Amino acid sequence: MFSLKQNSWFIRKVVIWRAVASIAWSVLLLPVTTAVFVLLSRFSLFHPIQWISVVPSIPCSRMALLGTVLHPRQCVHSLVYCTMGMLVMWCASVTIGGRYSTLGTPCRQSESGEVVTCLNEYHLFLLLAGAFMGYSHSFLGVVQNMYYVSFQPIQQYKYPRFKGCLPMVVKCSVIQALYSARNFAALYFFFGYVPKTWISSTLNLQIDSSLQPLDSLTGLLDFSLLYHLSISGAFLYLTWYLTVLLFRIYVTEAYSFPVQSTFTEDAEQCLPKVLAEKNTLVMKFLALQDLALLSQHSLSRRLEVFNLSQPGGHPHNWNAISGECLCLLSELTQRLVAHQDAVASNGRVKSQSASSDTRSASSSSSVVSGTEDIAETPRLSVPLRTPGSVFKSSVGGANRVLTAPFTPDVDSPFSSPAIRRLVGQQDPHSPWSGTVQSPHIMRRGPKLWSASTESQSNGSPPGSPATVPSPPAASQKPSFLAQWLQNRREQVKSFLAKRVLIMYLFNKLPEASSQALFADSQAHIWALQGLSHLVAASFSEDQFGVVQTTLPNILSCLVVLLEAVDRHFKLPHASSKPVRTLCSMGDSTYKTLRFALRAALKTAIYKITTTFGEHLNAVNISTEHRKRLQQFLEFKE
Amino acid sequence: YGLLDEITNSAEEGMSLTHCNHAAFAVRRFSLWASSFHGSLFPHLTLSSDEMVAEFSQMLDWSDSALRSFAWHPHTDKFAVALLDDSIKIYKSNSSPTPTLKHRCQRSVCALQWKPLCGSALAVACQSCLLIWHVDPASLSTRPSSGCAQVLSHPGHSPITSIAWSPTGSLLVSASPVDTSMMVWDVAAESAVPLQRVGGGGVTYLSWSPDGSRLLAATPSALFRVWETRMWTCERWPCLKGSCQSACWSPDGGCLLLSMQGERVIYALTFSDLTGINNTYSSPVTAFFLMKNHLKQLFCPPFFSGSSFVLRAGDSQADNHPSVIAVFKTRSSPVFELLPCGFVMGEAGAEPRFMQFHPHFQHGALLTVCWSDGRISHVPFYFSSAGLLGGDSPQQALASNTTNPSSNKLYTEQIS
Repeated sequence: MFSLKQNSWFIRKVVIWRAVASIAWSVLLLPVTTAVFVLLSRFSLFHPIQWISVVPSIPCSRMALLGTVLHPRQCVHSLVYCTMGMLVMWCASVTIGGRYSTLGTPCRQSESGEVVTCLNEYHLFLLLAGAFMGYSHSFLGVVQNMYYVSFQPIQQYKYPRFKGCLPMVVKCSVIQALYSARNFAALYFFFGYVPKTWISSTLNLQIDSSLQPLDSLTGLLDFSLLYHLSISGAFLYLTWYLTVLLFRIYVTEAYSFPVQSTFTEDAEQCLPKVLAEKNTLVMKFLALQDLALLSQHSLSRRLEVFNLSQPGGHPHNWNAISGECLCLLSELTQRLVAHQDAVASNGRVKSQSASSDTRSASSSSSVVSGTEDIAETPRLSVPLRTPGSVFKSSVGGANRVLTAPFTPDVDSPFSSPAIRRLVGQQDPHSPWSGTVQSPHIMRRGPKLWSASTESQSNGSPPGSPATVPSPPAASQKPSFLAQWLQNRREQVKSFLAKRVLIMYLFNKLPEASSQALFADSQAHIWALQGLSHLVAASFSEDQFGVVQTTLPNILSCLVVLLEAVDRHFKLPHASSKPVRTLCSMGDSTYKTLRFALRAALKTAIYKITTTFGEHLNAVNISTEHRKRLQQFLEFKE
Repeated sequence: YGLLDEITNSAEEGMSLTHCNHAAFAVRRFSLWASSFHGSLFPHLTLSSDEMVAEFSQMLDWSDSALRSFAWHPHTDKFAVALLDDSIKIYKSNSSPTPTLKHRCQRSVCALQWKPLCGSALAVACQSCLLIWHVDPASLSTRPSSGCAQVLSHPGHSPITSIAWSPTGSLLVSASPVDTSMMVWDVAAESAVPLQRVGGGGVTYLSWSPDGSRLLAATPSALFRVWETRMWTCERWPCLKGSCQSACWSPDGGCLLLSMQGERVIYALTFSDLTGINNTYSSPVTAFFLMKNHLKQLFCPPFFSGSSFVLRAGDSQADNHPSVIAVFKTRSSPVFELLPCGFVMGEAGAEPRFMQFHPHFQHGALLTVCWSDGRISHVPFYFSSAGLLGGDSPQQALASNTTNPSSNKLYTEQIS
């Protein structure tokens, strides 16, 4: 009875609270476990296809890079590679045998003389090296864009290509293994005791004091050990690099899509349909590559493109293909124009804030501009590199800025549906069909911006930093609250901007935004090649004149794109060449894609102008475009 | 700041190039040193870099020639000349300024070629690297800065003796006699794909067919290859004797004429159709009379009619006859034919060193010849209409052949 009472007291006072606490904790932990479960269930671990992409991801600041490295998906990826590295190193150590073969070795205690199991530090060293190499491989894969697959400028069969790449892969893996061995030895020298004591305590293994510990200078200066470390590291890297190489070779192999199918159920697999694909980028890229190849090499398939549909006599094939190519190109034009407007507007804001006496804004801009590259021109520079402008991707941010200032007036010829679609565009990757009709749009951009600043400063998204009301709009003052919020924000920004680490992390990497703009330009290059060669071939091969109807569209689209590209290359950092990395498996061709695009664009226009020559005068295009094309006819570009 | 950038840029380029130089040199030394077997197999590897350029350059007597190389622009009246002092001058038909191109890496210029379908890009094969000049045709500057030049180099790939742009202007192929792989450059992206074939010990001369479907690659040994440019596979052609010295394609790309070192014949390869390389056959030697030791250069002008010319320059080492250029009329259908047409001789004591047809001369053909005295002369050929129709008789086809270069010059330059 007494004991029962005591028990009930105990239950009432202690156990219940403990139970409640445990339940509370489990409820609190529920979201976490759910999140983990969702993550694991959603994450397709065994789909390496999804790791590899044909469009590189280009982080625009160090913070963004840090974000990708610390992304949960990347963490799991690193973990997998660490495990794989350890596994391979375990195999390697067993294969090498001798002193490396097992984790535990029998050894004799010095004082008592009895035989116990000791920790084999050599084995542990190799295992940890495997984990380290796995992590560094996974890390470098992100930093160097190793999972970006670039297409070669020429076509080769798989075996010759593999044979040609093999020496490079071997060289890279050896060099990478040597670097990793050096870094790992340094790491182990400083922090090697941590895993050593942890392993020995958990597995209850003794540490053999008679042997030289490896986290000392004399222990590490064991050439046999370092030799085995680098050899097995090279083997490890070689297997991974070979996988990457083979995957690249197989993925980028040209695939021949049928232009036209006799059966309707195969229509999904035909070139015009595949070109319009949005989701599977690899397929779209291969289709564009196939288009570029057929336009240059295959007469019979070109004829199929120029053919008319059997009932009806419509040039469906040509219309679909040229429409898709033009859509791609004008989408790039629009992206470039938006970027230029964003950059130009930032320059404009700076000049205004310098004239007005908004103290915080000018101080922040002076702080930031002090760290800028001296080569930048003040008019087009991006002076306010603040967290606000960094968190969004460069492309999306540019678009957001673009939306507000575009208020086409009614009587102007620009209030066409195409322009409205251009204005209302939010996602830069969604297609925008139709062409930019005139270069006036680009010229008008900055002017419209200044005219409609008041609409921007009142209730605009915080896309553009420091939207100080311009003098013409001063009559319509924003409310006091908005002004106060504006000032607060500026102060926070200027405070943050003064911190060196924050600046370092959030500063835009030079030319990264330019690279990001042209990240998928391989598609545009193929579209340009395909279009220009098809148009040039149509001069003699097009029996029904299907190309003639779209020729004005194609020419004006190309010229508008050329103007946009020319303007882009006048921006700071746009025309600076990237540093060439000597030996790395990472593909750095994406860094020069913008130059390749410019060259391909000019070549495409030249291809058309040299083929058509004086006949171009009969094509119905605007006089400005004709003037530009005349430059090409005279070879003055 | 621009000047500062300029200086740092050029310093970096110089640095990287010296590295490449060293690397290339080390590679070559090693290849020579480690295997004397290899050296005896390919005797050209024992030559020094300059000797090699002189040996394999298309310019005869390259080392003491005032003109190092010459190239017409494929579309306009504009040509580039490389001089003995490693500068390049660009002349245009109108009286615009003549830009002079100089670059610290521009040494021992061996070949020049303008990029097709482009107004400005000129590829220069130098001793250590490949330079791509972008000379703005609209600019009035006479000294474009070295920032206008792209430097392309690959370890082990120097000296470069031959370059060839693809007719579409998208690719550039470069060859070096010490490197068994030729480089296919994507110039704008500055990336190269090596295409390696070990046999032959290097590549000395490249020539792209006008339709872009095939590429000839000659080696220093008695072997040449014809690559097809779709999947980049090649066909080996072991020659009879001597290496392939020079070659030219017929305008439709169906026929390849070759001259061999030490032989007095022109070989013709006919590619029967455009489906595949396996259909090629070697026609029995279309031999011709010869006065000199061997043929040195061949060139075909791009014509759409049935008639075109093949040119030959002999070189007179033993004979006391002056070197001449023989002009042949060719016909591609029904079978390939060469009909002797006439000779072009220089002034007394002047020997032809290099020749090239103007790529698109409106009224006939315009042959440009570089002479040993540093003179460049242009020799026009005018066709009568009958010649353009079918080329029945050579007398009719060749209405006016001015064999005296000084009498009928378009624009002759006295250089150096």
